[in-house]
Amino acid sequence: MPPPILVRIERRDGPDAPKHWDEFSVPYTKNANVISVLMEVQRNPVTTAGKRVPPPVWDQACLEEVCGSCTMNVNGKVRQACSALIDRLEQPITLQPMKKFPLVRDLSVDRQKMFDALKRIRAWIPIDGTYDLGPGPRVAPEDQEINYVLSTCMTCGCCLEVCPQVSETTGFIGAAAISQARLYNNHPTGKMNASERLHALMLPGGVNDCGKAANCVKACPKGIPLTSSIAEMARETTAQALRDFLYRDERKGGSGPG
Amino acid sequence: MAERYIVVGGGLAGLMTVIKLAEAGKQVDVFSIVPVKRSHSVCAQGGINGAVNTKGEGDHPDIHLYDTIRGADFLVEQPPVKGMCYTAPAIIYLFDRMGVPFNRTSEGLLDFRRFGGTLHHRTAFSGASTGQQLLYALDEQVRRYESEGQVRKFEYWEYLSFVKDEQGACRGIVAVEMRNMEIQAFPADAVCLATGGPGIVYGRSTNSTINTGSANGRTYLDGAIYANAEFIQVHPTAIPGQDKHRLMSESARGEGGRVWVPRKKGDTRDPRSIPEAERWYFLEEKYPKYKNLVPRDVASREIVHVVRDLGMGVEGEEAVYLDVSHIPADVLDRKLGGIMEIYEKFVGVDPRHTPMKIFPAVHYSMGGLWVDYEADANNDMVKDSPRQQATNVPGLYAAGECDYAYHGANRLGANSLLSCIYAGMIAGPAMISYAKNAAPKKGDVPQGALQGAQKQWVARFESIYKMAGNENPYVIGRDMGELMQRVSTVVKHNRELDEGIQAIRGMKERWKNANVLDTGRTLNQSATYVNQLWNMLEIAELILAAGRKRDECRGSHYKPEFDLPQPKTKDPRQDPEWMEAWRKRNDNWLKFTMARWSPAGPQVSFEPIQSLSHPILKPEPRWYA
Repeated sequence: MPPPILVRIERRDGPDAPKHWDEFSVPYTKNANVISVLMEVQRNPVTTAGKRVPPPVWDQACLEEVCGSCTMNVNGKVRQACSALIDRLEQPITLQPMKKFPLVRDLSVDRQKMFDALKRIRAWIPIDGTYDLGPGPRVAPEDQEINYVLSTCMTCGCCLEVCPQVSETTGFIGAAAISQARLYNNHPTGKMNASERLHALMLPGGVNDCGKAANCVKACPKGIPLTSSIAEMARETTAQALRDFLYRDERKGGSGPG
Repeated sequence: MAERYIVVGGGLAGLMTVIKLAEAGKQVDVFSIVPVKRSHSVCAQGGINGAVNTKGEGDHPDIHLYDTIRGADFLVEQPPVKGMCYTAPAIIYLFDRMGVPFNRTSEGLLDFRRFGGTLHHRTAFSGASTGQQLLYALDEQVRRYESEGQVRKFEYWEYLSFVKDEQGACRGIVAVEMRNMEIQAFPADAVCLATGGPGIVYGRSTNSTINTGSANGRTYLDGAIYANAEFIQVHPTAIPGQDKHRLMSESARGEGGRVWVPRKKGDTRDPRSIPEAERWYFLEEKYPKYKNLVPRDVASREIVHVVRDLGMGVEGEEAVYLDVSHIPADVLDRKLGGIMEIYEKFVGVDPRHTPMKIFPAVHYSMGGLWVDYEADANNDMVKDSPRQQATNVPGLYAAGECDYAYHGANRLGANSLLSCIYAGMIAGPAMISYAKNAAPKKGDVPQGALQGAQKQWVARFESIYKMAGNENPYVIGRDMGELMQRVSTVVKHNRELDEGIQAIRGMKERWKNANVLDTGRTLNQSATYVNQLWNMLEIAELILAAGRKRDECRGSHYKPEFDLPQPKTKDPRQDPEWMEAWRKRNDNWLKFTMARWSPAGPQVSFEPIQSLSHPILKPEPRWYA
């Protein structure tokens, strides 16, 4: 019988509460992952020191790495807890919340700024109503394959967590949103509003704040080519700045004489 | 006061409802227990059906309609299904316009693949994460309305109940902000529940952990009719897990995947070394026409039969092989990439080269809140009728997996994304019509009713915080799941259902002696779980009680002691004796199971299907062999 699973959890009742660690031991089961261990702790929330404590708090939903909810630091590495298999982790396993987002409680953080960033870059195709207007534009299979990968971004926050440019005080928008701008700009209809998204990325905290550490692409659980996205958006914003300068008279608009 | 609308739930059905309301210029509040982008719709893998007919097969919405009704074993009102199937191509095109990266043919058009219960290529898909991609498209459109100030999102808010006025109409909701545990009442002219299915009542299923069914359970407790509760789909192919069972999409078979076991019982050889002749492709053998793509209820029953009755599970385990290793790896990556990765990540074996080990798992609830519809003499849905998707509570609507309306006794694969979107599309306009014509005076929401409901919930949560008994609620939840798995999945027996009902009542008693575990006022998940758990126990009891009453086999509901005998002819229609038995069965049981809550337990009755008086497709034997 393999030894029990030991897990240490960094706990805080709220952003201003003191931090402490609780250690739990749960019986070994085959194919266990961090979530199944946390669930077992819920059923018996007693620490190895014999203290009965409130069950740890964490976010979860799909448990198959498509929703992004259960992202946390597992043994110091940011990832989804559902796909963190116990047999592949060194013990005791340490669980900590993501550090680049405001803490809510224990392992749960507030990632609202990522959704706000999607608003800033206007991450949508501005369709003209949900009525039956026939099919969308044709898309080459090659473009579809690129866009599909970009579109698997589940806004989990791994790329922000590992980015040296991101902190609670700096305003860098982060790789996820930049890559989403690329996704919409690479769509035949989305292209029509490409300049709006590029202008958003040209603002403070935009693509130029990237420090090129390239941690993001290594941390992305979906293998999204984030550094390519950043490079492409950096190129495109430069081109946009040039266009803005060259065609400045057109942008001003004008109602003509009279 | 301006009109206000509330949508509860931010999956496909909820967000589609929101968009239809916002597009009509209405103000909408959407409530969700998770950021809407993380809703359970992301888990749908294989695709979305629509008879676009791009493969020269002569596909047509009528054929889609017939396949769906047959798949449901006729236990549906036919006009809503017709509306859905006829709108399906336009729905796929709409999402195409929203930018969903659907897979493409070489000339850049939408590609379609095959799915279960049909012989046509009818399923549009985006890799093997189609639900995620469709949800993201709606999430983006809603974000656009949000940035324009028309939609307010209440994320991390949990629905507790609807607010009833003196006439019994719905006038708003009460919800709890899960991060600070604050309870508030919100007024609305109409409310739509799009709160998904109750998979977590079964403990481990293919569902997200947020699919507790709690909102539905509470709404049923408060007087909404719940229909066809016993019809729970068990998906044939999932990876068993400790925390959940992970779905292996039907699209694996749609793209040519084959289900088999070694012909020799207890064969311990590496599956790759077992020659073709020593493999038993039992679905292909028994169902030469549909082969591995028989409907899900049929496939799950066959797999359970092979494993449990014949004892032929692979390596002595509760598993059969799902084999895609004969398909080129680059095709698998392009068309099934998402699920290839899931298997690899969670099992640690590469399914491109080694057959996957899978077993059936609870997946979807065909039953749910009863909803009305209005159709004309041609069985076409009446546009903008306030009756579409309306529950029996005036002003309360339901859409998506939480309604009962589209899948009858068994849902066909790739029809759920479609039904969620279609239901949302018609629920929004129906709510507007209701508010315009039938609703009590606009803006005149009785403050007394709102305050009363809010106070009642504050008091209930205060009593939950004080629960200091010796039962751990999560243990009760686990026991409930294990019980439900045992007595109410692929094969059901009345004796076990009776025992199950008693056991659930025992768990309700244990609930009263539960310990809240956590008295904090920040994201107190234990307290919200204690509240959810009661509602889940109510739904569990209802699923068992409804199943107990239905003494027949239909779709996912299979009680062997009431099965019809095997027909004497290959085509059952040529066996008059069998046809007589089949007719008799329909006379008794081709009816909806309608349940109302009562303190003594579910009050279950069987009600006729209205549209069968002038059906589009007359009932016929459901026969796939």
